[in-house]
Amino acid sequence: MNIHEYQAKALFEKFGVPVPKGAVATTPEEFITALSQLPEGPTMVKSQIHAGGRGKGTFTDGYKGGVKFCKTKADAKEVAGKMLGNTLVTIQTGPAGRKVQTVYFTVASDIKKEYYLAILLDRASSKPVIVASTEGGVEIEKVAHDTPEKIIRVVVDPAYGLADFQVRELIAKLGFAGAEAKNAAKLIRNLYTAFWETDAAMIEVNPLISTPAGDILALDAKVSFDSNALYRHPEIVALRDLNEEDPKEIEASKFGLSYIALDGNIACLVNGAGLAMSTMDIIQHFGGTPANFLDVGGGASKDQVVAAFKIILGDKNVKGILVNIFGGIMDCNVIATGIVEAVKEVGLKLPLVVRLEGNNVAAGKATLNASGLKLVSGDTMADAAQKIVKLVA
Amino acid sequence: MSILITPQTKILIQGITGDFGGRHAKLSLDYGTQVVAGVTPGKGGQFFEHGAHKVPIFNSVAEAKAATGATVAVVYVPPPFAGDAILEGVDAGLDLVVAITEGIPIKDMIRVKRAITGKKTRLIGPNCPGLVTPGAGEGSKGGCRIGIAPGYIHKKGHVGVVSRSGTLTYEAVYQLTSKGIGQSTAVGIGGDPVNGTSHLDVIKMFNDDPDTHGIIMIGEIGGNAEVEAARWIKANCQKPVAGFIAGATAPAGRRMGHAGAIVGGAEDTAAAKIAVFQECGIEVAATPSDMADALLRAAKARGTKLA
Repeated sequence: MNIHEYQAKALFEKFGVPVPKGAVATTPEEFITALSQLPEGPTMVKSQIHAGGRGKGTFTDGYKGGVKFCKTKADAKEVAGKMLGNTLVTIQTGPAGRKVQTVYFTVASDIKKEYYLAILLDRASSKPVIVASTEGGVEIEKVAHDTPEKIIRVVVDPAYGLADFQVRELIAKLGFAGAEAKNAAKLIRNLYTAFWETDAAMIEVNPLISTPAGDILALDAKVSFDSNALYRHPEIVALRDLNEEDPKEIEASKFGLSYIALDGNIACLVNGAGLAMSTMDIIQHFGGTPANFLDVGGGASKDQVVAAFKIILGDKNVKGILVNIFGGIMDCNVIATGIVEAVKEVGLKLPLVVRLEGNNVAAGKATLNASGLKLVSGDTMADAAQKIVKLVA
Repeated sequence: MSILITPQTKILIQGITGDFGGRHAKLSLDYGTQVVAGVTPGKGGQFFEHGAHKVPIFNSVAEAKAATGATVAVVYVPPPFAGDAILEGVDAGLDLVVAITEGIPIKDMIRVKRAITGKKTRLIGPNCPGLVTPGAGEGSKGGCRIGIAPGYIHKKGHVGVVSRSGTLTYEAVYQLTSKGIGQSTAVGIGGDPVNGTSHLDVIKMFNDDPDTHGIIMIGEIGGNAEVEAARWIKANCQKPVAGFIAGATAPAGRRMGHAGAIVGGAEDTAAAKIAVFQECGIEVAATPSDMADALLRAAKARGTKLA
C-alpha cells in the first residue's frame, strides 16, 4: 500500500526523522490557512499523487511541473491554484495521468548538498538493506548504471538490527563530519526504526539534504507498506487514499479477486496468479493484447465469477473474453455451472472462449455445451488463446 | 526414488482442525499419504477422523514428533500465527517444514529465515502449493502429497518439476502425465519474496537424485533466483532442463520509487531471464502449453529417456 509524501513526512516526524516544515490543502480556501502556518519566504508547492517523476511531469492543460519553487507565499498560492484539480502526467502515471486532489506547501530549504537514502528488502539475502549515495536528487538508476561504485549498500541483520558500526560506515562513505555526521547518524537510525516498526516495504528519500546550518533533512519521502502486515497497523490503513486506486481494482478486492487493468482488448479470467500471468503472455504470443490480469484464486464460486464478469465488462476496450481454469481440487462442473449462470446474469454479447481442465472436466464441458450459450471451447491454453485472438481480430 | 519425501514419509499437520487444513488432510489421507498427527494448541488428545483414519491431535509439534515419529510438518495456520508455527517445527528438529499459508507479513518471514539459518530443518514456502511424490497406484495414489496440489494429475516417474506458482506446476505436471511421462517429485517453492527454499536448492537435489532424469523449472518476473539456478545448471547439471518464465506481459506497475530497480538488478524481467536460460542451455518453453514438449526436445537432444 502506498501513501502520499505529506503522509510519509508526518510518519517521519513521528519517528524523529527531520523534514522541512509543511502544510496541506485540498481546496483553494485551505491555501490561506495552510500557508499561514509557514514563515514568509521561499516556498515549495508539491502535487500529491502516488507516482514519481512529479517535478518533470506536465499537466493535461499544458502547465509544466508538478513540484515548483516559489519565491514568496503569494506566488505559492497562485501556483497551487494551477495544480489543484488539474491532472498530472509523469513517467510513472501512464498517459491518463492522475488528478491532483491535495497540494503540499513546504518551506524551501537551503541546500548544501543532496544525497540518496532508501531502505527495502534485499531479496538475495532475505534481509533489509540500506541503499545510500552521495549522488542525490537525480535518477538513482542512472547513478547505479554509470557509477556503481557510488551506490553504498548495507545489509542489516534482523536478529540484531541496525548496528552502530554500520551507521558509522554509512556516515563515513557519505562523507559527513562534525554536526552533520551526528545529525545524519540519528536520522538513519530513526528511519530504520520507522521502516521496521511500520512493516514498510520500501522507504526512499531522494533527496536527503544537508543545509549550511549543518542540519540533515528528508526533502522528499516515498513510503510503501507490506499489504500482508496491514492487519496489525490500523493507523496506516487509515492513510489509504482510494482516489489513487482504480475503482475496478477496489471492487475486485471486495470479492477476493486480484485484478489489474491493462491496455488490451482480450479480457481474461483465470485461477492462480502464475497461470493468470502466463495466460496474458500466451494471448500476446498469438498476436492479441490482454485487457487485464484477473486471478479468482484457488476456488471460483458462482458469485466470484459473476463479479469477475461484471468487472471485466466494465472495461469498454474489451472485445472478447478468455476463461482459463485449471480445476485441480475444485470440481470443473461446479465452475462450469458458475460460468453459465454468470454469463446469463450479465447478458454477455462478446465472444467467449473457455478452457477448462482438471477434476471432473467431462461433466464440466457437458454443462457448457448443454447451456445453449454461444461459447467456444478450448482444449489447451494455446488452443484457447488462438481461438480468442481470432474471434477478436 | 524422489527428493525430500517418499511414500513412507510421516507427516504432521499444523492447523488440521481448521477448514483449510482439514480439507487437505482428508485429500492427503485419500491419496495414501502417511498423515500421522495433527497439531492444534489446546486440542491435544482429540482425534481427526476421516473414514477409517483416526489421526491423533497434539498440543505441540514436539509432542507429536515424539509420539508418532513424524519428520515433516505442513503448516496451514492463518498468517498472523504462521511464522510461529514454522519456528515450532524447526525447534522440534523436523527434517522439513512446508508452509502453505498465503499472506504472511514479510517482516515475519525475514525473522523466521534468520532464525532457521544453520538449523537442520529445511523450509519450503510459504505461499506455496507444497510438494508431491507420486505413488504407483491408480491416479498416482500411494504417494506422498503435502499441501494443496491435486494428487490425481500426477504419475510416478522420472521428471522433477520446480515452480513458484501452484497452478503453473499443475499445468506442467498435467501436460507430462497426459503424454505418459511421470514425475519423481513436483515442488512448489512459493511466490513470496522471502522463502525457505530456492529454485537452485531444488535443482541441486534433482541433479543428485538418480531417479530424476529431466527437470522442468518454472519461474516468474522479479528477483534473480531463476538466473542463479540457470547459471548453476550450465556449470553443473548434466540432465535435460526445460524452463518457462511467466510475466512477459506484466506491466511494470505503479512503482513509486526506484530503489527496487537497482536492488533487483537488470536481470529480473521476463526477457532477461529467458535470455539467460537460452545462454545456459535450458530449452525455453515459448508458451505455458509448451512446457512438457520443451522438456521432450531437451531430452531428445541429449538422448535422455524420460519415461
